[in-house]
Amino acid sequence: MRILRPIAVSGLSAFCFLLAPAAADAREMRDGGKLLLTNGVTTVEGASGGGLAPWATIAGNETRDGIGLSASATVVEVKSYDYQSGGIALGLFNRVELSYARQNFNTNEIGGALGLGNDYAFNQDVFGAKVRLFGDIVYDNPLIPAVAIGAQYKKNRNGAVVRLLGAKDDDGIDYYASATKLFLSRSILVNATARLTKANQMGLLGFGGDRQGGYTVQFEGSVAYQLSRRFVFGGEYRTKPDNLGVAKEDDWFDAFAAYAVNRHLTATVAYTDLGSIATVPRQRGVFFQLQAAF
Amino acid sequence: MTFAFVAFAAILLQTAPYAVPGEATVDPYTASDANAGAAPFTGDGMAKAFHGQDGIHRVVDSFVTINFADPAISDIFKSHDQVRLKRTLFEQFCYILNAGCAYTGRDMKASHKDLGIQNADMNRVVENLQKAMKTEGVPFAAQNRFLSKLAPMRPDVVER
Repeated sequence: MRILRPIAVSGLSAFCFLLAPAAADAREMRDGGKLLLTNGVTTVEGASGGGLAPWATIAGNETRDGIGLSASATVVEVKSYDYQSGGIALGLFNRVELSYARQNFNTNEIGGALGLGNDYAFNQDVFGAKVRLFGDIVYDNPLIPAVAIGAQYKKNRNGAVVRLLGAKDDDGIDYYASATKLFLSRSILVNATARLTKANQMGLLGFGGDRQGGYTVQFEGSVAYQLSRRFVFGGEYRTKPDNLGVAKEDDWFDAFAAYAVNRHLTATVAYTDLGSIATVPRQRGVFFQLQAAF
Repeated sequence: MTFAFVAFAAILLQTAPYAVPGEATVDPYTASDANAGAAPFTGDGMAKAFHGQDGIHRVVDSFVTINFADPAISDIFKSHDQVRLKRTLFEQFCYILNAGCAYTGRDMKASHKDLGIQNADMNRVVENLQKAMKTEGVPFAAQNRFLSKLAPMRPDVVER
């Protein structure tokens, strides 16, 4: 350990050096400074973006000259279930995003019908990291989007139950790449995300299953129209694996409106159709989120 | 012929609008619409959305006034010639909006050189421009269309 520690520390400082503005530039550190809404909202898995799909945004209000922070609370109420998640995210120099989300999926009466007991809840921790490789959402070449890659380590906290349902694992890593651009000439933001995942319902029902055990590629798309500095509305589509024989899984859809109350607060409401979840079809309802960002 | 050409060039140089009366002098440069940094819109839709040259004047005047008074960025502006800035910005906006002007100012790299502008400053200036356009009643979609001409200029504006 004595040998490892200095290596770990020097590795960390090399990482910080890569991130930090070069001293020769004498760039001043700045708090905040992002354009309104260009930090996105918080996805259900904690990364910044839309509500369902991660975008090539970096959380927090910082520019490349600072460090930002965001915290969010999300509630989804569909026909048979309640869902809440809380998330925090750190944005480093508008380049790197580190996020954590805790998800809570309450089965209400369906839990009883499935023999789990009424109000049985699945919980999951999601640790995320995202790096914006190049490009800017708003500025520079209008045809070159911001492009980011990310990974999400998900650890289901109900391992025994998800295995009973047929999942192969209680943890897994998703990998994704996102390209995002606001086409100012049309006031339209477009995002496309490709994700490699084994997760059943984001991982809340575990990872892999009898129908499909390994990774599959999924597509997530978002389109939004900017009505004013503070207000955007749009829709998202997210394809999903269908790994579990006992619980069919459908693609997700939402129609959302996001409003920047001020520089630090963004409120999002959405109508969402999550299809079949844990054996019960047509799970439609509302998504509501408050996000604070600094 | 040679003499005539030289004389013509001399007149051109003499009248080159580096600075007009009331403005501080600037180092000589070659005036060209290309210095505006963007191709103008076609048609008169954008000029109309900005209420013609009168509207563009109002937008530029309030935009410059807001920037000089904004404590977040006034340090960058305070050493600037406000008279010249209003004239050249008006010309640039009017040219890009296809409202019937030529641009005689410097290019974006030269005009922002050594100002030490950071991304946060540029974003702040964009917000101030949005305020000025909103006050003029420019529809938001037209505001964004105009910003689409300015956004690609960032690499020449942000220096550090």
